[in-house]
Amino acid sequence: MSAAEVASAPSRVRPVAAWARLLASELRLIFGRRRNQVGLATLFGLVVLVGIALKVSSLRHPGSTGGDLMSAVAGNGLFLGFAGLSIEMALFLPLAVSVLAGDAIAGEANQGTLRYLLLAPVSRVRLLVMKATSLAIGALTGAFVVAAGGLLTGIVLFGARPLTTLSGTSIGIADGLWRLALAVLYLAAGLTALAMIGLFISTLTEQPIAATVATAMVGTLLWILDAVPQLDWLHPWLLVDRWPAFIDLLRDPVFTDRLVAGLWVDAAYAAAFFALAWLRFLRADITS
Amino acid sequence: MTLAAEAVADAAADRDGAAITSSGLTKRFGKQLVVDDLALEVPSGAVYGFIGPNGSGKTTTIRMLLGLVRPDAGTCALLGGIMPAAGGEVLPKVGALVEGPAFHPYLSGRANLLRLDAADRRSDPATASARVAAAIDRVGLSAAARKRYRAYSLGMRQRLGIAAALLQPRELLVLDEPTNGLDPQGTREVRHLIGDLAADGTTIFVSSHLLAEVEQLCTHLGVMRTGRLVAQGPMRELRALTAIRFQVRTPDAELALATVAALGVTDAARVPAGVAGSLGEVAPERIVAALVNAGVAVAEFAQVTPTLEDLFVQLTGEGFDVSG
Repeated sequence: MSAAEVASAPSRVRPVAAWARLLASELRLIFGRRRNQVGLATLFGLVVLVGIALKVSSLRHPGSTGGDLMSAVAGNGLFLGFAGLSIEMALFLPLAVSVLAGDAIAGEANQGTLRYLLLAPVSRVRLLVMKATSLAIGALTGAFVVAAGGLLTGIVLFGARPLTTLSGTSIGIADGLWRLALAVLYLAAGLTALAMIGLFISTLTEQPIAATVATAMVGTLLWILDAVPQLDWLHPWLLVDRWPAFIDLLRDPVFTDRLVAGLWVDAAYAAAFFALAWLRFLRADITS
Repeated sequence: MTLAAEAVADAAADRDGAAITSSGLTKRFGKQLVVDDLALEVPSGAVYGFIGPNGSGKTTTIRMLLGLVRPDAGTCALLGGIMPAAGGEVLPKVGALVEGPAFHPYLSGRANLLRLDAADRRSDPATASARVAAAIDRVGLSAAARKRYRAYSLGMRQRLGIAAALLQPRELLVLDEPTNGLDPQGTREVRHLIGDLAADGTTIFVSSHLLAEVEQLCTHLGVMRTGRLVAQGPMRELRALTAIRFQVRTPDAELALATVAALGVTDAARVPAGVAGSLGEVAPERIVAALVNAGVAVAEFAQVTPTLEDLFVQLTGEGFDVSG
């Protein structure tokens, strides 16, 4: 039988449905995995703990308010959503994303399931795009859980009121929630860029733990470099430099300069490392 | 691709009626030449036994055929499509078990197969559940379909691997050590399964260490040794390479030796029980008659058909050490 005859075999391909089915299968795998469920619960639990600590502190020292986000929580529970993102942005969220990204290719290679996926067949490009998409969804879920955890805990412990912005004006609860959602999306974009670094590393090894550790180290290294004043010329080019800028969403009107620049940096990192992963994976010998 | 390479590729793809062809297929890992100038030819409808000692390059060859590993030189074609470029077209028609089964440990056998099915963009989601159930049933795993893969025994894992290869109707099955870890019943079932599939016209490319199994199943044979194909062809032709031998149990060895030599047996020699040699063109009944006429006390005359193992050893050497 010739290739042409094989190609004309009666099998209707519905690209969108087939794509959705593959992605759904991947998401079931990610979210069905006990380890990942525990990870999400941990992200959630950490903000709850911070909320409780703030509550205890506010009961012992009533009326002490500073100008920062933490102190604002005691006056308005909605701020805990933002505070949660701020607390988990540097270590816990990048760690969670590193775990998923390390698993993406290296995990399948380690189990040997990569060869069977490729023989299913999934083209390598399709597999990589699917993995990248699932990582973006994973990053978004992580940020969402942290914000939702903070929001719920904050409302329960401190109540919800219209927010006083960092500019001193007041915005309604609905507006505040909308801005929190934007903050989640903004951080998810940054985390996705980190996940693409992890995806690339994941194509280099068959050890998911090694890929996870390496990705987490890259994330940490970026934060350290960002904190060294002598390297200030480098800071605008570091992926994490503008992550804290989500707080600009709490200004009135929203201060967009740093946010937009941050999104551009995220996009550049994501594109560059996805391309590297592609170059590496497309021609790699699958010997696992 | 250069023009010359394209010409070779076309030639490989054009060989009519072949399910698998390769020419000049070569792969190095680092400095080591793992597969060297391989020219495979697996006719459509054949049950092709791919045998060779450990480390002789069988698995690397299979990985190149399936597009998992890129050849350094040469080309291979699967169902007429040059790999790995034609993978998207031909792999849906190919079921494969490569270097043992591999599945997600925390998913059930059924969920694992559904995942593989979801990965194939041509598979019909409406029939997925039924096809998965049928494949699992075909390998006798229905009772454990909903158990987590990590709870499976080695044999159950192997069965699930075969089930994955049977998710769709296939034109070609590439099975690397399909009976590895199976109990005797499982081995028999797999043998029957392969027989049934072959009878339906599926081409089967099976690598195995179990020569008895290959002998029973296969119509064609390819023998690898240190990365090279040392023999390939229909089983009958290859079996003819090894001479049929006879053995005479007798106390009168000297006389027997002289008698068979007179009949034209050139390689007769003493063995502990008497005399043995190659039959060649001499009919066995003539030997027996001659021996008896000469007064040799024949306690036993046996014709020894060499086993596939004899052929294997003849082609690949006696040594026990793995090749390079």
